[in-house]
Amino acid sequence: MGAYVVRRMIAAVILLLIVTAATFVVFFLVPRLAGATPEDLASRYVGRTASPAVIHQIAVKLGFTDPIWVQYGRFVKGLVLGADYSTGPTTVHCPAPCFGYSFLTQNPVLPDLLDRLPVTMSLAAGGAAIWLVAGVSTGVISALRRGSVFDRAAMGVALAGVSLPIFFTGLLALAIFSYWLGITAPGGSYVPIQENPLRWAYSLLLPWITLAFLYAAAYARLTRAGMLDTMGEDFIRTARAKGLPERTVVLKHGLRSALTPILTIFGLDLGLLLGGAILTESTYSLPGIGKYSVDAVVNNDLPKVLGVVLVGSIFIIAANLVVDLLYAVVDPRVRT
Amino acid sequence: MTTKRRAAALAALAALVLVACGGPGTGGANSGVLGGIHNPSDTRGGTLRYANSGDWDSLDPADTYYGYSWNFARLYGRALVMFKPAPGAQGATLVPDLAESLGRSSDDAKSWTYTLRPGVKFDDGTPVTSKDVKYAVERSLDKTTFPNGPTYFNDVLDLQGYTSPYADPDPDKLGLKAIETPDDRTIVFHLRKPFSGFDYLAQIPATMPVPRAKDTGSKYKEHVVSTGPYLFQTNELGKRFTMVRNPQWDPATDPNRHPLPDTITVDLNVNADDIDNRLLAGDLDVAIEGSGVGPSAQGRILGDQGLRASTDSALVARLWYTAINPDVAPLDNIHCRKAVLYAADRVGYQRAYGGGTGGEIATNLLPPVIPGAQRFDLYPSPKHLGDIAKAKDELAQCGQPNGFTTGISYRAERPKEKATAEALQQSLARAGIKLEIKPYPLADYLKLYAGKPDYAKANNLGLIVYGWGADWPDGYGFLAQIVDSRVIRSTGGNSNLGIKDPAIDQMLDQALVTADTAAREQIWLGIDRKVMEDAFVLPGVWAKGLLYRPPNLTNVFISDGFQMYDYLTLGTTRR
Repeated sequence: MGAYVVRRMIAAVILLLIVTAATFVVFFLVPRLAGATPEDLASRYVGRTASPAVIHQIAVKLGFTDPIWVQYGRFVKGLVLGADYSTGPTTVHCPAPCFGYSFLTQNPVLPDLLDRLPVTMSLAAGGAAIWLVAGVSTGVISALRRGSVFDRAAMGVALAGVSLPIFFTGLLALAIFSYWLGITAPGGSYVPIQENPLRWAYSLLLPWITLAFLYAAAYARLTRAGMLDTMGEDFIRTARAKGLPERTVVLKHGLRSALTPILTIFGLDLGLLLGGAILTESTYSLPGIGKYSVDAVVNNDLPKVLGVVLVGSIFIIAANLVVDLLYAVVDPRVRT
Repeated sequence: MTTKRRAAALAALAALVLVACGGPGTGGANSGVLGGIHNPSDTRGGTLRYANSGDWDSLDPADTYYGYSWNFARLYGRALVMFKPAPGAQGATLVPDLAESLGRSSDDAKSWTYTLRPGVKFDDGTPVTSKDVKYAVERSLDKTTFPNGPTYFNDVLDLQGYTSPYADPDPDKLGLKAIETPDDRTIVFHLRKPFSGFDYLAQIPATMPVPRAKDTGSKYKEHVVSTGPYLFQTNELGKRFTMVRNPQWDPATDPNRHPLPDTITVDLNVNADDIDNRLLAGDLDVAIEGSGVGPSAQGRILGDQGLRASTDSALVARLWYTAINPDVAPLDNIHCRKAVLYAADRVGYQRAYGGGTGGEIATNLLPPVIPGAQRFDLYPSPKHLGDIAKAKDELAQCGQPNGFTTGISYRAERPKEKATAEALQQSLARAGIKLEIKPYPLADYLKLYAGKPDYAKANNLGLIVYGWGADWPDGYGFLAQIVDSRVIRSTGGNSNLGIKDPAIDQMLDQALVTADTAAREQIWLGIDRKVMEDAFVLPGVWAKGLLYRPPNLTNVFISDGFQMYDYLTLGTTRR
């Protein structure tokens, strides 16, 4: 088991290097192939009356005049050894792992990311808990009562949930529950959990439900299909024939087997979400990783984009690792 | 000239009257009509809540270049002069702030002297001296550290090679020869060339004093030292900040500011639609960018009499226009350019920007809010729908009686510009001018495509859809970057998209040495007329923003200086 984890970690580091290198290439090489000079790139980060001399200075300062592999090497070096940056009157040291400084705002990226991570984690954790419970239980009940009114209603709602985008359901929910009925928090009112857990939950309730609505729908449909499959298997008939209570048959034998694919998808979904729930965060103005990445991409702010890519990749890799380990727990067949 | 100004003021007032007519019957709207101010009040206290759908470029006065930011910066900093916090045209006039009077220029307009008011202090109690102002301007020159700010001081000051106080061998870091501080209250600026409008530069936040001891370069924006009525209590970059009253600000030193709220909060990076919703729900007071509500909220507001009464339509110093590129044949022939001007359906242009709510049909360059601006129409047509007969006549004179084909570029991310290109394609086709529509990415529009002369020429971009807003409401602020042929760089990044006329360049130079405001305004008008005579520009729309004003907001008015609500005077009834 230990060796397996170590092997996965080494693969993860290599993957991270490839992902960041790809981001670099997209950012620098593609515009350069299109004919952009270092100054063209730099001119995005200056005021609108900047002279060519000023633009050149900025290009030099941001390192755009160096070959791309030198720039990438500098980024990796910063991650491992840290880097020094000039603020004008003084030079500050950015300790390892240094994600660099924003081209646009000159803020260090790592503190920004660490600052925003709890928001995204709160959102993802709460949302995931709700959609997992709601989605899976709806799916199970629907499968057991196939064709009933509940099944049809639940699957209809699920279809709507999968189809409606968050920026629609989110703004609608805000308009109804926050501004009209006044029972939930308005957008942009996030409170950290350590400050006030109750207000934290209150401010995140609507985003959780909106997010969960989208995912629960997919999970309900998945669980239903999986359960229908499993409940028709021979081992279920055997379990029933043994005289096991129906509860045990459904939960221990049926659901457990149907859960494996759900777990795989859950791992991926959660990893992706931790890398930033872009639409939910933008809709509710939550200062998380997703909102940060949108702003970074819109402003062509490479260090920020790289930071988000790194954090997102780490989460996806970690989530997959955890899922692989959990397989052994859920499905005894894969234990070797 | 004063009559024209008065006319502008009256027009602005009339706009307010129109809006206020259906206003709530509290009496506030009525006095709004009289003084141009909605809900006038001098009641202090409460919390005023702002939100921004994006983020500041920087809170550092040396590093900021948004109109709303310059408007807002006056709450925490005092520049040498400032736009008067007053409604309408009054708001576009300059009044002394940190200085006792407007600048006193030498005869050749090459040196400008200001005397500071006594008794002004930083928020830590240290007295402000002219050296702090000099240091502030010096650091703003360092574009490597402060890349976002305007470069006006870099351009006009006689720098003699000076680059930055951070590379300054002088122990006090005050080595710049172009600014002298003979004593603690006097500051003298020496320019490379005459600049009659220097007071406009002295209102840029870069002249807000910065104490050298507290200067941390690019990190200064985290802890800006205040000289204004508010200081930063908390500042979470990219998220929010709060401001409270600055106990060191002395009203006796400041005739312009009468700050009402006790606390100011600003939320950053808030979803734009959510901002509109919160404004309408009374959960927010001001959308700080001042560009007006978004399309969905606009529909809701315009369909509701009650809400509509609480809006102001701000005519801004911005023109949406289409440049006619003389590099591209046959538009090198003035008659072909005139044919475009005659054939274009201006109503269609306006519709592309949302009709009357989006702006007024423009017939020349200078937006009406700019002091001295006049409307004139050299290419009139019935109901602005275009004059096809005249267009065909011009085409014949151009030697293209059957019309011609050329390209029209726009910024792909902007649906309104797309609609403009399509509307022009339709209306010009009536005269036989066929347009090929070519979208380009917004970020590189000027750098790589439409604003790069050889690219535009090679790709046949005869028409270039664009827009321009003034840095400040003045002929120079609006025209200098778009009509001066000498600012065109072959490397791209140009905002002058092909206006090349030595006579215009000469008039610009002449304006810069003309001390008399009225005479200067005449020159701006002359340039406007010349550009239209040369048919270099197809004016589209003088932009407007639909601003929503929640009922608890007091002392609300639009100043022509910033063309949005004046943030210095706002108060709130919310406690």
